Amino acid sequence: MKEISCKLLVIGAGPGGYVCAIRAGQLGLDTVIVEAGKPGGTCLNVGCIPSKALIHAAEEFEKALHAASGNSPLGISAAKPALDFGKTIGWKDGIVSRLNSGVAGLLKKARVKYVQGWATFRDGKTVTVETETGEQIIKAETVVIATGSAPVELPFLPFGGPVISSTEALSMSSVPERLAVVGGGYIGLELGTAFAKMGAKVTVVEALPRILAQYDAELTRPVAKRLAALGVEVLTGAKAKGLSKKGDALLVETADGTEKKIAADHVLVTVGRKPVTEGWGLDQIDLDMAGKFIRIDDQCRTSMRGVYAIGDVTGEPMLAHRAMAQGEMVAEIVAGHKRSWDKRAIPAVCFTDPEIVSVGVSPEEAKARNIEIKTGLFPFAANGRAMTLQGEDGFVRVVARADNHLVLGVQAVGTGVSELSAAFSLGIEMGARLEDIAGTIHAHPTQSEAFAEAALKTLGHALHI
Amino acid sequence: MGEHVIKLPDVGEGVAEAELVEWHVKVGDLVREDQMLAAVMTDKATVEIPAPVDGEVLWLGAEIGDTVAIGSAIVRLKVAGDGNVQEGDAAPARAEAKPADNAKDTPTPNPSPQGGGEQAAAASTPTPRKSQSVENDTPPVATTSPSPLRGGDRGGGSAAPIPHKVARPAGAPRPEGEKPLASPAVRLRAKESGIDLRQIAGSGPAGRITHEDLDGFFAHGPQAASVSAGGLARNDAVEEIKVVGLRRKIAEKMRIAKSRIPHITYVEEVDVTALEDLRTALNKEKRADRPKLTLLPFLMRAMVKAIAEQPQLNSLFDDEAGVIHQHGGVHIGIAAQTPAGLVVPVVHHAEALDLWGCATEVNRLAEAAKAGLATREELSGSTITITSLGAMGGVVTTPVINHPEVAIVGVNKMMVRPVWDSTQFIPRKMMNLSSSFDHRVIDGWDAAVFVQRIKALMETPALIFVD
Repeated sequence: MKEISCKLLVIGAGPGGYVCAIRAGQLGLDTVIVEAGKPGGTCLNVGCIPSKALIHAAEEFEKALHAASGNSPLGISAAKPALDFGKTIGWKDGIVSRLNSGVAGLLKKARVKYVQGWATFRDGKTVTVETETGEQIIKAETVVIATGSAPVELPFLPFGGPVISSTEALSMSSVPERLAVVGGGYIGLELGTAFAKMGAKVTVVEALPRILAQYDAELTRPVAKRLAALGVEVLTGAKAKGLSKKGDALLVETADGTEKKIAADHVLVTVGRKPVTEGWGLDQIDLDMAGKFIRIDDQCRTSMRGVYAIGDVTGEPMLAHRAMAQGEMVAEIVAGHKRSWDKRAIPAVCFTDPEIVSVGVSPEEAKARNIEIKTGLFPFAANGRAMTLQGEDGFVRVVARADNHLVLGVQAVGTGVSELSAAFSLGIEMGARLEDIAGTIHAHPTQSEAFAEAALKTLGHALHI
Repeated sequence: MGEHVIKLPDVGEGVAEAELVEWHVKVGDLVREDQMLAAVMTDKATVEIPAPVDGEVLWLGAEIGDTVAIGSAIVRLKVAGDGNVQEGDAAPARAEAKPADNAKDTPTPNPSPQGGGEQAAAASTPTPRKSQSVENDTPPVATTSPSPLRGGDRGGGSAAPIPHKVARPAGAPRPEGEKPLASPAVRLRAKESGIDLRQIAGSGPAGRITHEDLDGFFAHGPQAASVSAGGLARNDAVEEIKVVGLRRKIAEKMRIAKSRIPHITYVEEVDVTALEDLRTALNKEKRADRPKLTLLPFLMRAMVKAIAEQPQLNSLFDDEAGVIHQHGGVHIGIAAQTPAGLVVPVVHHAEALDLWGCATEVNRLAEAAKAGLATREELSGSTITITSLGAMGGVVTTPVINHPEVAIVGVNKMMVRPVWDSTQFIPRKMMNLSSSFDHRVIDGWDAAVFVQRIKALMETPALIFVD
């Protein structure tokens, strides 16, 4: 049995793990990273990146369809487009594999040793890795657990056959004719919208009274409107009950209590993700938990000395950029720097059509926390650039403290607003006041002008509305 | 566009100069007509100087603490139209600046024929102080000087040079539990230096902590930094507070009084049980339009009576000329605490006021003084003074005579004390009077007689009201 030892061992090469390892390598720490799959984790392989590729392909196809319909106000007409879905998937896989090798290259450049295989804890300082060439024992002074999360399975709709998770949905051989989506959160809606644009008849089943329940109704309204325009049927307040006997339909109890049968070639279950806390020997090291997550402090330390945890396994929000920031911080802490988690905001982006961005607190959250706020909203209908992009639906909304105008939150919904998240986050992280946002020249003509206008509106003197 | 020069208006009879105590504007500010520009202080009163026209502030002619002659230019405004200064100028002065307190609607134009010339001179040779803009960017008070850099060797000699800056005025303290507001770079620097940002008050907008705030914190040395360890910590900070305005006036008056006047202080206790009963009864039956009586009007009336028998107590002693001015009118100064400090509004001709008249006048003046609205006349001309610390009165005080007066009567706290009535102890409402006299002109015997007379009048209050 081979045995190696190192200063830092990272378990899991997702966005949290690989960033942690790269930063540790940069800082001169002797670092080993263990990954059973391909480098990049859920995000790169079966999450953020491939889904965005499919969403883009679907958008392009839908535009061509629109042109072919002869209804394009732009005067563009085209022949009826065709979709070679196999090629689409191939293109997407190409991006993923380029990024896989990119991550591997970055790790190598940072002199991180990459061990492919499944790691299991023997004790707090030692793991056993099942590799292709046999068992490898790794001893480390410090261990970072970055095992990530996995899709939640419903007991009455176990994955397999027609019932698929987001992972399988990103690697289908063809566009399903009829797709039922259980769960109207961001993953289900992003994928459901993409397949609808590529020609599937999509039905979304959501148990709560409305879709995207973590966002307020004002933000999700343009998305609901667009789903309706795309012919996506959304059943809210409805409970999935299971598959029909033949397996060709989803049984649903609708809001009014009636049974409904939704014919479907595939049933995509997107009811959330759970931390991966099994299969790697958590029982061997007996860490304190916070619910189903591993409990961490503001330096990502677990209850065991020398063992850190980062990313989805440590709790909400389960977002790649949170894991990356944690990974970077932990590497620096292990290298002896003084760091602690002091981020003011973690942006959340939803790549629906139109996109939704939320950074910091919403008006409701502020009210719930008894903060007196001022808020103002600037609609893209009054933004020139949005008009030229045919993206007039949506708005930017700013939430600020009433007393000193400190910006507490920014939300937006609209075409391409995900890119505005940078400005929103920077503003909050820098401690901007409304006057700072309003006093910054925003390039014309861009959608970002809506940010400055929303700040002006909150101050009571918007210019373009 | 023209320029409008504002000159220091005549703020009171016989006053030739005034001290500039506050600027409400700085160079570059846009001001509206009637907006307050500055506050100046004469011997007693503070007068606000309003803007006579709309305009932009071009120049400020004095610094806080400067003594400014009446009629000299203090502000130049850029105004629409011609203003009151013209090239080559012979334009008649149209200085319309006026005191704001009691003459808001009655402009006091400056008739000085030289006014125009002076203004033009000021306008054509502007000599703003070099430090003007800097001075005006910082609040006038409480500039903190950093203590010597003792923290330099804190890290075992590895000390990097620590920027030596004047600490800026600290911002508002953060409410408990609120996260410190700072950019990521500032947070990182603080973390690496082992500083908990919650200890630092941010000087930036919304209380944002800036790199400069951190510099200031470093400059205060390890004592300040060790606060985070909890427990007791040394504080080596020294704040320099400029003594200006009212404080300067008070300091000057006190210095003169204490250095020139040999004080004799005489303390006697007074049984005010009967007086209190009378006061309570009068308050209960009083007419709605009459003020609630305090003890003060009774004391004032008692003093008037006592002075009638010993007029030498109601005097002003001009020690330089060697003359005692013995006044017929009893003008009683009432020392009052205001947010800005001690002021002494004066009840003029107390001998001509009855009990209710005294009470009304005391109330009116106290309100005016607290609001800073008392006029110079209302704050001067006293011939004898009462000082009372009210409920905080203490057992004994050693009052300082209001120079050039010769007597001051101090009221101490009233409390119920056991008094031996030759068979038993009975509870009586007792109050001490601590009074000081100018021993150069008032002998101890006379002082004692005066206080005993007041005591007798107050213990048998009916005597106050019979001739």
